[in-house]
Amino acid sequence: MIPNEPPITADLVDAHGIKPDEYQKILDLIGREPSFTELGIFSAMWNEHCSYKSSKRWLKTLPTTGPRVIQGPGENAGVVDIGDGQAVVFKMESHNHPSYIEPYQGAATGVGGILRDIFTMGARPIAAMNALRFGAPEHEKTRHLVSGVVAGVGGYGNSFGVPTVGGEVEFDARYNGNILVNAFAAGLADADKIFYSEAKGVGLPVVYLGAKTGRDGVGGATMASAEFGDDIDQKRPTVQVGDPFTEKRLLDACLELMQTGAVIAIQDMGAAGLTCSAVEMGAKGNLGIELDLDCVPVREENMTAYEMMLSESQERMLMVLHPEKESEARAVFEKWELDFATVGKTTDDLKFRVIWHGTEVANLPIKELGDEAPEYDRPWKVPARPVDEIELVGEHPGIADALLQMIGSPALSSRRWVYEQYDTLIQGNSLQTPGGDAGVVRVDGHPTKALAFSSDVTPRYCEADPFEGGKQAVAECWRNLTATGAEPLAATDNLNFGNPEKRQIMGQLVMAIKGIGEACEALDFPIVSGNVSLYNETNGVGILPTPTIAGVGLIPDHAQMARIGFAAEDQPILLAGALPNWGSHLGQSLYARKFFDRADGAPPPVDLEFERTVGDFVRTLIREGHVGACHDCSDGGLAIALAEMALAGNMGATIHDLDSTDASRAARFFGEDQARYVLTLNAPAGSPAFEVILKRAFDLGIHMSQIGTTGGQSLKLGEARAISLGELRTAHEGWFPTFMAAE
Amino acid sequence: MQCAVIAFPGSNRDRDMIAAVTKIAGKPPHVVWHKDSELPQADVIILPGGFSYGDYLRSGAIAARSPMMKEVARAAERGVSILGVCNGFQILTEAGLLPGTLMRNASLKFVCRTIELEVVNAATRFTGLYRPGQIIRNPVAHHDGNYFVDDDTLARIEGNEQVAFRYANGTNPNGSRHDIAGVLNARKNVLGMMPHPEDLIEPAHGGTDGRPLFEALLETVAA
Amino acid sequence: MKAQIKVTLKKGVLDPQGQAIEGALKSLGFEGVDSVRQGKVFDIELGETDPMQARNMLNQMCQKLLANTVIEDYTVALSE
Repeated sequence: MIPNEPPITADLVDAHGIKPDEYQKILDLIGREPSFTELGIFSAMWNEHCSYKSSKRWLKTLPTTGPRVIQGPGENAGVVDIGDGQAVVFKMESHNHPSYIEPYQGAATGVGGILRDIFTMGARPIAAMNALRFGAPEHEKTRHLVSGVVAGVGGYGNSFGVPTVGGEVEFDARYNGNILVNAFAAGLADADKIFYSEAKGVGLPVVYLGAKTGRDGVGGATMASAEFGDDIDQKRPTVQVGDPFTEKRLLDACLELMQTGAVIAIQDMGAAGLTCSAVEMGAKGNLGIELDLDCVPVREENMTAYEMMLSESQERMLMVLHPEKESEARAVFEKWELDFATVGKTTDDLKFRVIWHGTEVANLPIKELGDEAPEYDRPWKVPARPVDEIELVGEHPGIADALLQMIGSPALSSRRWVYEQYDTLIQGNSLQTPGGDAGVVRVDGHPTKALAFSSDVTPRYCEADPFEGGKQAVAECWRNLTATGAEPLAATDNLNFGNPEKRQIMGQLVMAIKGIGEACEALDFPIVSGNVSLYNETNGVGILPTPTIAGVGLIPDHAQMARIGFAAEDQPILLAGALPNWGSHLGQSLYARKFFDRADGAPPPVDLEFERTVGDFVRTLIREGHVGACHDCSDGGLAIALAEMALAGNMGATIHDLDSTDASRAARFFGEDQARYVLTLNAPAGSPAFEVILKRAFDLGIHMSQIGTTGGQSLKLGEARAISLGELRTAHEGWFPTFMAAE
Repeated sequence: MQCAVIAFPGSNRDRDMIAAVTKIAGKPPHVVWHKDSELPQADVIILPGGFSYGDYLRSGAIAARSPMMKEVARAAERGVSILGVCNGFQILTEAGLLPGTLMRNASLKFVCRTIELEVVNAATRFTGLYRPGQIIRNPVAHHDGNYFVDDDTLARIEGNEQVAFRYANGTNPNGSRHDIAGVLNARKNVLGMMPHPEDLIEPAHGGTDGRPLFEALLETVAA
Repeated sequence: MKAQIKVTLKKGVLDPQGQAIEGALKSLGFEGVDSVRQGKVFDIELGETDPMQARNMLNQMCQKLLANTVIEDYTVALSE
C-alpha cells in the first residue's frame, strides 16, 4: 500500500509471533494480503496478552458475578458496590518481562499502567499493592533486580500519590530468569459515575489526551527482521520510561473532565496503545473508528504509521467526546499542560481505518480484530498428585532454634527494607500499613467505613498441586481480609505461568483456574478483573505456577477492626479452625524445606466449607468487639504467626506445650494446615464471656481453645527456651537489609 | 483562621493538608492554583508536600520559580505565617525564603516511617502549644530530606534559635546536619519541615501529635 | 589523566525531566527553546597514563556502573 513498507514475507509474519494458520485466518478474513501496518495491528490484537487466546476458554469458567458486582472482567478494571452509592474499582496486572529488562522503569510503568486502568473508569486511586517474585537470593542478578524494582514501584507510586498498603516479596530460584512484578491498584468512585470504554454515536470526535507518542516499546517483532537498513540502531525498540508527574496531571485532568459531562467513552493506552484502545472502543460500541495519524501528538521525527500504532508510550488516553463540549474539554487539558488532539471519529461502517500522510494504511473489520482472535483449546495434562503425607527423617532443630532460623530466613524475614521505600501514608487514610494481614484504608468522607486489601498465592503449593494451590491462593486472600474484620467482596487474578504450548504447563493453568473457580464459588468471592501472563520461561525452565489473587474487603466500622499485634497483657490466646491436634501438615512446608531439604508432598488441603464457617465466625467475633488481636496462620505455621503477633504488639506470650516429641511438636508449631486463625480475646480466660465464645465455636463445629496467654517480653513456645523479643526482632529484621547491603 | 494551600502540578499531599486544615480550623482553606495571579487574603499560607513538577531538575526548584512564589515571598515580608511541609520545605529553600537545602537522603532511598521529633524552639507561632524539649512522633515520607547548610549558616541558625524541630533518639532518617527536621527564617514567620504533621492529627492516624501545630497557628491568628 | 564522561538518554527515550525543565524555561520567558534533554557529567581523575588503557577502563566503568545502557548512551573524553 505504501512504498516504504517492507513486503510481507513468511519470516516477517513469524517475527510478529503470528503462526502460519493464524496468518491464513487473516488472509481469509480480509481477502487480501495485509499491509505492514495491518500486520502489526493483527500481531498486537491477536497476541496472547491482548487476546487471551490460550486462557480464554478456561477464564470463562470463573465466577464473575454477584449481588455487589457492578462490572466484571472485560473493562479496564472490575467495579464492586460498597454501599452509600459508592464503588471500589480495582485490578491487578503483570509487568514481568519489562521489569527484568530494566527493573526501575519496568516496575514504574507497571504501576503507572494499573493506576491508569483505575482512573480511566472515573475512580480516584486510594490504594496500591505489589506482588514481587525474584530469583534465589544468591543469584547474581537478584539484588540488582530487587533494588531497581522496589525503587521503581516507589518512585512512581510515591510521586503519583497513592499509598502502597500491601503486597508480597518472595524469592525462588525458579524466578531467576523471569521475575514477576504484579501491580494492583484500587480506586473509589460514585457507583453511578463509572466510565466505560464502549463508544456510542456515529461521527463523534475521537480525542487523544496526555503525553506525546514516541517509539517506546515498539517492535520487538520488527527488530527480529533485519530489513530496516542502516538506521537499525535508531529504530531499536526503546524501553518505556514512566513519567509519574504527567500521570498525576492526567489523573487530575481526567477526573475534572469527567465532571463536565463531556466524556462518552474512555480507554487508556496500554499495551499496543493506540491500536488496542481504538479497536476496543469501537468494537464494544458496534462502531467503526477512523484515525488520522497526522493529528497524533508525537515527540519524535519521521514516525511511521506502524510505529505510531504499536507505540507503548505511557500516560496516554483515548476518549470519545460530546462534540459540543470539545472546547470545554480542551480547556481542562490545557490547564494541566497536557496534549489534547482530535485524532479521528466514530463511523458506522464497522471498519478500523488508519490514515497516514493522507493515505489509508489500514482498513480492517473492527469486530473481527477483537472477537475473531484465535482461541485455542490447548492440550493439557492433569499433573500427577503428590503423596499426601511426608515423613521427616532425621534430627529436628528444636522449636526455639527453628523459629529463629525461619523468621530470619529469606522467605519469612521482615519486608521493612522494601515497604519503607513506599509511601504508605499519603492521602491520610491508611489504617493498616504493610506488615499485617491486609492493608486497610478508610473510605474518605465516610465516618466509619474502610476497605481492606490483600494479595496472596503460595507458588510452591501450586507447583505440587495446581488445583489445591489455586484454591489455597483464594482462601488465603479471603482469610487475610477476614482477619481484619473485613467482609471479602471480590478479587482480581493475575495468572503467571510458563509456556502454555507445553501440556504440563497448560495443565497447571487449567487446574489452577479450576481451583480458583471452586474456591471463589464456595466463598462468594467473585473474580471481577484480571490478567494472564504466559511464556514466563528461560532456557526451557518455567517459573513456579503463580496465580496471584488480590482481594478487597469491606469493614463497615473501623472501630471494630482487628490488627495482628498482641494488644494487652494477660489475654488468652486461642487457635481457631485447627483440627484437634492443632497442626499436622508438613508437606510443602517451609519447615520441611529449610531443615530437611524436602520439597515434596502434597500442599495442605483447603476444606472450603470449613474455611467459610471458621472465617465467618472469626469475623463475627471481631465485629462484636471480642478480639484483641487476630492473625491467620500461613507460611511457617503457628509459631511464625505467634512471633509476628508478638513483634507487632511488642509483647511476649507463653504458649502451652502442644505435644510430646520433637517431630510432633514440629508439626504442631510449623505445620501449614489451612483455615486457622490465632486470636486473643478481651474476655479473661475462664470468664463467663470467654466460655460463651468457646461454646459458640463448639456449636459451629469449630475446634477453638486456648493455647496460651499474652504478656512479658519474650515468646515461650511450650518446653522450648524463651526467646526475648529483642532476639526475635534482630532475627526478623536482619536478613533483608544485610542482604541488600552487599549490593 | 483563613488559610491558603497552594497547589502546583505534581503536588500530592495537598489533599491531606486540605483535609487536616478543614478538620482543625472548621472550614476549608482557599486552594490556590500556582498560575492564579493573585494570592487571596490569608493568615496562613501552606505549601503542601508532593513532587511539584516531578521534582525534576532539583526538588522544588521549578515550583520555586513560579509566579505565585513571588506573591508568597511578598506575603512573608508582610509577616504572614508560611508553612512548608516536605516538598513545601524544599520549595521554600529553593525560593530563598529559608536557609539551607534538602539533599538526597543519605541512604539514597525514599523513606516512609514514623520518627521522633524534639521540639527545639517552642516559642514560635507554629510550636507554641508544644513544650520545649517535648518529644513527639511524626511520619516522614521523602527522598530528598537531608538538610544541608554550610558551617557559618548552621552556627547562625542554631544561635538564632531558628531550628524548630530535630530528629530525636537516633531516628534521623536522612542524614540531616544536626538532626535538623524543621527550620524557621530569622523573623520566625516562615517554617519549613520535612515530617508530615498533617498525617497525624486524629486517632485513626494512630496519634494526634501533629495537631497542636495547626492549633497553635489558629490561636495566634485569633489572638 | 583526566576524563570527562557524559551520560545522556538514548535518542527516542522519553526524558520527563528534560520536558519539565523545558516548560519551566519557557515560563521564565526564555523564548525559542526547542528542546531540553538532561544528562549527567562525571569528571574522573585517573592514575593510568596510557590513553588506550584509560579509555578501556572508562568504557568499562560506563558499561558497568555509570550508564544504564538499556536507556542511556555515553561519551568519554580524555585530557592531559
